[in-house]
Amino acid sequence: MISPGPTRVRLGALADLPRREGRAVTVGDERIAVFRCDGGVRAVSNACPHAGGPLADGVVAGDTVTCPLHMRVVDLCTGVVGDCAERVRVFDVVVEDGEVYLLRP
Amino acid sequence: MVAAAFLEELVAGSDGFEVTVFGAEPHPAYDRIKLSSVLAGQCEPESLTMLDEDWYAAHGVTLRAGREVVAIDRERRMVRDCTGAETPYDVCVLATGSDPVVPPIDGTHRGGVHTFRTLRDVDDIIEAGQTSSSSVVIGGGLLGLEAAYGLRRRGVEVSVVHLMDRLMERQLDAVGARVLRGELERMGMRVVMPAETASILGNGRVEAIALRDGRVLDADLVVVACGIRPAAGLARDCGLTVGRGIVVDDQLRTSDPRVYAIGECTEHRGLVYGIVAPLNLQARVLAAHLRGDESAAFEGGIPATTLKVAGVHVFSAGAVEAEADDDLLTLEDTASGIYKRVLIQDQQLRGAILVGDLSTAPQITAVLAAGAHVNGNRLSLVAAPTGEPPQSVAEGLADDAVVCGCNGVTKASIVAAIRQQGCSTRAEVTRCTRAAGSCGSCGAIVDGLLAGCGVEATAAAAEPDLCACVPLGLHPLRDAVRERNLRSVQAVLEALGNGTGCAKCKIALSYHLDAWWCGDYEEDRSARFINDRVHANIQRDGTFSVVPRMFGGITTPAELRRIADVADRYAVPMVKVTGGQRLDLLGVRKEDLPSIWRDLGIVSGHAYAKAVRTVKTCVGSDFCRFGVGDSTALGIAFERMVWGLYTPHKLKSGVTGCPRNCAEVTVKDVGLVGIATGWEVYVGGAAGMSVRKGDLLSTVATPEEALRHVALFVQHYREEARYLERTYHYLQRVGVEAVRAATVDAPAEEQVALLARFALAKSRVREPWSTEGAAPRTPLQFGALPPTEPEERELIGHPTEPTPAYRSVEAMDRGAAMLATSGVGVG
Repeated sequence: MISPGPTRVRLGALADLPRREGRAVTVGDERIAVFRCDGGVRAVSNACPHAGGPLADGVVAGDTVTCPLHMRVVDLCTGVVGDCAERVRVFDVVVEDGEVYLLRP
Repeated sequence: MVAAAFLEELVAGSDGFEVTVFGAEPHPAYDRIKLSSVLAGQCEPESLTMLDEDWYAAHGVTLRAGREVVAIDRERRMVRDCTGAETPYDVCVLATGSDPVVPPIDGTHRGGVHTFRTLRDVDDIIEAGQTSSSSVVIGGGLLGLEAAYGLRRRGVEVSVVHLMDRLMERQLDAVGARVLRGELERMGMRVVMPAETASILGNGRVEAIALRDGRVLDADLVVVACGIRPAAGLARDCGLTVGRGIVVDDQLRTSDPRVYAIGECTEHRGLVYGIVAPLNLQARVLAAHLRGDESAAFEGGIPATTLKVAGVHVFSAGAVEAEADDDLLTLEDTASGIYKRVLIQDQQLRGAILVGDLSTAPQITAVLAAGAHVNGNRLSLVAAPTGEPPQSVAEGLADDAVVCGCNGVTKASIVAAIRQQGCSTRAEVTRCTRAAGSCGSCGAIVDGLLAGCGVEATAAAAEPDLCACVPLGLHPLRDAVRERNLRSVQAVLEALGNGTGCAKCKIALSYHLDAWWCGDYEEDRSARFINDRVHANIQRDGTFSVVPRMFGGITTPAELRRIADVADRYAVPMVKVTGGQRLDLLGVRKEDLPSIWRDLGIVSGHAYAKAVRTVKTCVGSDFCRFGVGDSTALGIAFERMVWGLYTPHKLKSGVTGCPRNCAEVTVKDVGLVGIATGWEVYVGGAAGMSVRKGDLLSTVATPEEALRHVALFVQHYREEARYLERTYHYLQRVGVEAVRAATVDAPAEEQVALLARFALAKSRVREPWSTEGAAPRTPLQFGALPPTEPEERELIGHPTEPTPAYRSVEAMDRGAAMLATSGVGVG
């Protein structure tokens, strides 16, 4: 049964995400970074809360990404940023038939 | 036995292969080099087994011993064995070895006549030897002498009949052969040569042999050891190209791309190899090739062999006969049965023969491994280490010097076995690495390495770990990486670390793997900083800067115009002259990088990388009134020699034409100062957060020598410094004396080896802008996913229950829909 629930937005093809790398994507006016971690696809807001660094260009290790500007480590599951009180926004993602979708409540 | 080396290499590097091994003999592969030891009663046949049945079982490799393959159907890709059973293949590897050559002599069918090639042959000879009073070995090559020695050790009278006028003519010159003959006769062997065997006489069984010149030698046992020929019948029957052996290319591919061949059965670039070291190299190359390493290639080389001929140590490499242009280094000690002769032509080592004393064999092997260039201390190739304790000989070897020529075991592997696997005796080292396990002539060096490690191990333990994720100091890590042939960051993390790593150690490992393997590793772009993924320098706003390379700081009007046009065309916000005398285009968008590079048509300046940066120069003697050295020419040559190489940290350099030092080179990582008599080489200078005047490494007479010293230092720094350690930190840590001793004052063969690794790494550099600008390495390397409008969102069913955390990407790849639920956005 279809009930009012989350909507989804197609972000792109899983094949365009190299393993353990991130890519930027813009949804409307929202800048999002999508990562293909070993544990699954993750998406967070593409701006480090510390100085706005492009997280999509960071180095992925496990479920973390390290911001390329000042090496803050961001937990891609919780959004917690090392040495930083602010968190980064985390999005829910689903992969279906090789396509990556963003879930919106 | 090459097949066993191949199997081990293949299986060690990957578990993705399903392998079936067929062998004609009823046992697993064994070490043929040691057949003579079995014959001599020095070891048991069982100890020759290279990989036992447990190994095959443990690694899931199917062994069909005693099932000779009789046909290959290349069209259907099937091999048929002697039982008639067929086995399909994707890839077929022929390692059929060789067959003994039996010359057309009358009477070889008589009882008591044996060949000397297999365990079965050895069993037969031993049995016959028990009742034999006099024997004849036909053939005075390596194999024949080994057979003669084994029989002599068993108390049998032996005559060696040899066709040529000297023993082992393929490995020894006249003097070397004479020294060897003296040693053999001292053991009670008789040598008859030149002599051709006419027939084998007897009634049913051999009783004597008749020579062409009419002499008759009594013999109730004859061993025919007249050499070997590639066993290429199977290959010929299925239509593969066969010359003297199965013809293979540098990837060991036969004329059928799905069929490969290695070992004595092959013919490569017209050569058939009969000694084990190059053949083991073939095995390694093929394993790497089949694992997908496209750069793996067997390029032949000067064959070097270390032998124990009838108890006498013999080493032979390259050319045997001297030519008129050769420099000869000769040493002969008739009383001790020692003879050494080295041929050098135009500073290239062409050939070497050592009889009776192999103490300089490692030095020679090291020079050959490093490209055969002989520089400086050439006497050490024949003389120096005689009487020197094995430990200092061992310490003098480069890490990649081959200590055990029979099994191709390097010093680094032996040291790794001692340090990582805790081997504490020669026997344990042999068990782990096979070193000293065949002819045994390198045993003293293994002992020396054991002794040396006792001391070094404590020093190594004091090294800081690379990272908490990979808790090993740099040198133990390097040894382990080499020992286990780990060639990707992920492989190192999985084998020696916590499996995931962090940005710090992944980036560091990317550097060190590149340096340790001289570029021959699997670069993982996810383990590179963004600058090294897009070959530009990330700026604070996420844009990039582009610095084209201008060798020595010299440019042309045409280049300047193109740079100006690019700045206009792409609305580059700022063009800046850098401190290193280059032009920097700042504020470039990532997606514009490939087209900017294309429009510039200039190679990368690597201003974004921990790599060789700029070589800054002054005007120099061409134009300057004061200049004493041509600093621009040398600066350009310097930059051309080193550009493209990664270094532990950025490497800034300069060349200045006189001591006024307009190019400020004494505060560079590497700086050359022109003086009236030549050039000064400074290293470890800095003018950043720290200011430090460089240390004077050396003073040299010519620009060529200056460049050589630069290359020695750069390669040494690449290998020994920790990632992110600038030269000035490194120089402060170890001292310029230590750096000097390891580079410009190092023994000649170490310098040669260092330069060879430098050249190898340089040869593997790929210019990134011209290659990846046109053909990206990864999807969307320079881009982003296409933007999406929120209107494109679609309504989907609400999940009935929360899905637990994340699943694997592999599961997602299968198309299963999964929810990633744990993220709760915080504004």
